[in-house]
Amino acid sequence: MRRQAILDRYFLDARHKLIDVAAFLDRVERGEGDADFRLAAFHQAVDVLRERRPDKAEAVLTVFSDPTDEPIAVADTQGACGAWPGSGKES
Amino acid sequence: MRYIEPHGHMVSRTTDDYQAMVTSGCAAVCEPAFWAGFDRGGPESFRDYFSQLTEHEPRRAAKFGLPHYSWICLNPKEAEDLGLAREVLTIIPEFLDRPNVLGVGEIGLNKNSRNELQVLERHIELAAEHDQLILVHTPHLEDKRKGTRLILDALAAESRIRPERCIIDHVEEHTIRMVLDEGYWAGMTLYPESKCSAARAVDMLEIYGTERIWMNSACDWGVSVPKAVPYAMLEMRLRGHDPDWIDRVAFRNPSAFMSQCSRFRIPE
Repeated sequence: MRRQAILDRYFLDARHKLIDVAAFLDRVERGEGDADFRLAAFHQAVDVLRERRPDKAEAVLTVFSDPTDEPIAVADTQGACGAWPGSGKES
Repeated sequence: MRYIEPHGHMVSRTTDDYQAMVTSGCAAVCEPAFWAGFDRGGPESFRDYFSQLTEHEPRRAAKFGLPHYSWICLNPKEAEDLGLAREVLTIIPEFLDRPNVLGVGEIGLNKNSRNELQVLERHIELAAEHDQLILVHTPHLEDKRKGTRLILDALAAESRIRPERCIIDHVEEHTIRMVLDEGYWAGMTLYPESKCSAARAVDMLEIYGTERIWMNSACDWGVSVPKAVPYAMLEMRLRGHDPDWIDRVAFRNPSAFMSQCSRFRIPE
């Protein structure tokens, strides 16, 4: 598809989602108490969006991913929370 | 538009969903064994579930003129209990010759634990021993990338397994390349809140091509859309893809993969 056609088809939807993200971050800032590791990971993922690279979706998914290689000892839960507890930490 | 729903948990859906799918062009539905949303009480519960997948649900689908196929396994969400897993693994072979069974699935990992991996390896051995197709569930969210790597390594470690007879489902942008590069089929799951949207699925088709890829709704008891595949087909059409391209992804690809099982009949 041509860029103009992509903008015509997807711009309003992407704009809507971006504003939702902004409002989510505002909501978190208005909240009280500490945030857990997910907020740091989220900020790190948002930073990816400003990079000029052709694989931003992959890069965002990678930010949220467990980067380790070995199986964990025990599955003490069945669910996933969306971010790895070690992700988003300042290096 | 015709399509095959290669991954739908129809025991969780209503008859209205069957009607909506068939009237949208669904020509066959395939149902992998799944977690019930709660842990089953014991191995006999699995026997009942496998009977539901191989006897009752095909009859329910037939009322709407829809061929129904199934896959049998212990889902990775219940694989942490090795005792339970061992007992269920002894039940599974009783069902592999049922007329609508396509293979072993959806096996895989959930939290990437040692016990889950052990149960996955046993399922892979079972599939190899019985020359079955394999349908793999990859983990959710933060666990997907690591889990996909562990799963591909486990499959590669069993020399009797041929990648072209395995579909690795729920791929996203960070896992699709490794799956295709190693010769496996890749499934893209169209979910409203996780996994991937129709737009992202079509992006991946445009980037990686249509070879060895299918799409599914994985509709189940949670937030999911039984007509997600035809909605994605509309997305393709609006982007200007021709009917043959769409038909390949939505009908001929899943048909080609599942035709590797002699029990699968290509729908008219």
